[in-house]
Amino acid sequence: MVFFFVLFFIPSVLLQSITNLTAFDTPNDAGGSITITWNVATELQTGGIVRYEIFRSKSASGGYENIGIALSNKTKYVDTSARDGMDYYYYVVAVSKEGETGKSGIFGPVSSTLQWFNTKRWNVLVILVFLIFAFFFYINLARKGIKTFIRKIPGLEALDDAVGRSTEMGKPILYIPGLWGLTNVTVLASLSILRRVAKKTAEYGARIMIPNANPLVMTATQEVVKEAYLEAGRPDLYNEKDIFFLTGDQFGYAAGCDGIIVREKPGAIFLLGVFAAESLILAETGNSIGAIQISGTTSTLQLPFFVASCDYTLIGEEMLAAASYLSGEPVMLGSLKGEDLAKIVMILLIIVGALLTTFGVVDITGLFSTG
Amino acid sequence: MIMFERFPLLVTFFTSLLIILGFFIPRAPFGDIQQTLLVWVLIISGFAALLGVDSLLRLHIKRVTSRGEGWAYSLVLILTFVFIFGLGVFSGIKYGTAFSLASPFMYAYTYGIIPLQATMFSLLAFFITSAAYRAFKARSIDATFLLVAAALVIIGRVPIGGMVWAKLPVIADWILDWPSMAARRGVLLGITLGAIGTSLRIMVGIERSYLR
Repeated sequence: MVFFFVLFFIPSVLLQSITNLTAFDTPNDAGGSITITWNVATELQTGGIVRYEIFRSKSASGGYENIGIALSNKTKYVDTSARDGMDYYYYVVAVSKEGETGKSGIFGPVSSTLQWFNTKRWNVLVILVFLIFAFFFYINLARKGIKTFIRKIPGLEALDDAVGRSTEMGKPILYIPGLWGLTNVTVLASLSILRRVAKKTAEYGARIMIPNANPLVMTATQEVVKEAYLEAGRPDLYNEKDIFFLTGDQFGYAAGCDGIIVREKPGAIFLLGVFAAESLILAETGNSIGAIQISGTTSTLQLPFFVASCDYTLIGEEMLAAASYLSGEPVMLGSLKGEDLAKIVMILLIIVGALLTTFGVVDITGLFSTG
Repeated sequence: MIMFERFPLLVTFFTSLLIILGFFIPRAPFGDIQQTLLVWVLIISGFAALLGVDSLLRLHIKRVTSRGEGWAYSLVLILTFVFIFGLGVFSGIKYGTAFSLASPFMYAYTYGIIPLQATMFSLLAFFITSAAYRAFKARSIDATFLLVAAALVIIGRVPIGGMVWAKLPVIADWILDWPSMAARRGVLLGITLGAIGTSLRIMVGIERSYLR
């Protein structure tokens, strides 16, 4: 009796136990991909499956080839070898240590296609369109002559004073742009601030030193300072040797900058860029020699260190607003107001989202997902 | 002439536009364009490294030849540069890559560079102490809140905190996970919008400081 049960009943259960096999064009991709999903009966899952094998053919009647395997805890496989527009048929086989223990029916035809729009990112597009609208709305207002109020940023207001104080003390100025390269927007913001600092340095006839950790940033800082000295009418004071490459190594850079701080004892130190663990090493060494220090970064983890050790700190977006703030041009300032409007909308969305989630309406959070 | 001046702005605009389109359009060539451009940046950075080496060596060779202050240190730097460069070339020839774990180049890195990096990194402990001593003074109500929060986090994050009172690690985690995280996310939101604003200004040519 048991023999007959094992011989006839169990295999028939297993062979029917991969169900709901579905294959579909993988959404939001560049084509060439079909996703296959299936369900497995509980008795099969607990029956020692070691893997699933996926078979594919261009014809329903035959010619199936094994195109890959899925781990035993998965019920999904993405076939990335499909050709767009070609019809395929699939079936899945469950394999245990003993061999084939289950097989699905055949599913097809299905084909892959290229997608023109990633539908999971529609929310980002809406937000971007709104930001662009707010941005140009305020720029347009500025162009019409409507003045915009921008609060004072103490760190940027103190730039000229720091250069002036250092000059009075007869000490050089040290500008540290951090470790990152020109692909980072914070480094570009740092270059805008450097332009102002270098111009003032030239006007006061002081010396500015810039140790760099990135050769491209070194070239950019040399050009910015040279241009600023030309603008100030003091190209004779420009010394390219004061803007040099130190090392790309994080702590080597920190050691090198610390050495310069201790030897040269600059009157003003500017720590403006992207920083990591070296931030406090630099800021505390600067603090120990009594230099006036102005720092700024978008690295949120380093901000508390700068606040503790520096006289002024540009917190996050203040750093990015520097170019507009320092230029004083109405159009540039108008663009900052656009950012403020976007910020207000974001804050309102966060409050609404928090309230709805608190009251159990959790679907709203899905609207902000990008998959 | 006007076209010549506008050319970099046009390149910036269309490159930015392509990257934005690539974020929303998955199909080729848009989907891969950001990665392709990043590879370009890597290639350019590789060549730019020569500029850095040129700057570094020129500065120190001049200091040695002119017997400037600390010229002996510059000599050490030049000799070390030549030695490590030589090890890299030798290792590359002998092992196929300088980064083979058995190579003398990696030996110098493992037993020379890494301990030096660790030495500088360990200084951070002392700098944190001196900064904390200045920052955590109860001079105002705000500073007192900071002092109390910092004390709770410091004690809660070390083993002895949990031994003194089992709830201390829980309180420390709560401070980090909720009030501290809320503040960080507020700053991050501003940074993200600021980055988008800066990118738009650069893209449409309002901000051109990087071009001058």
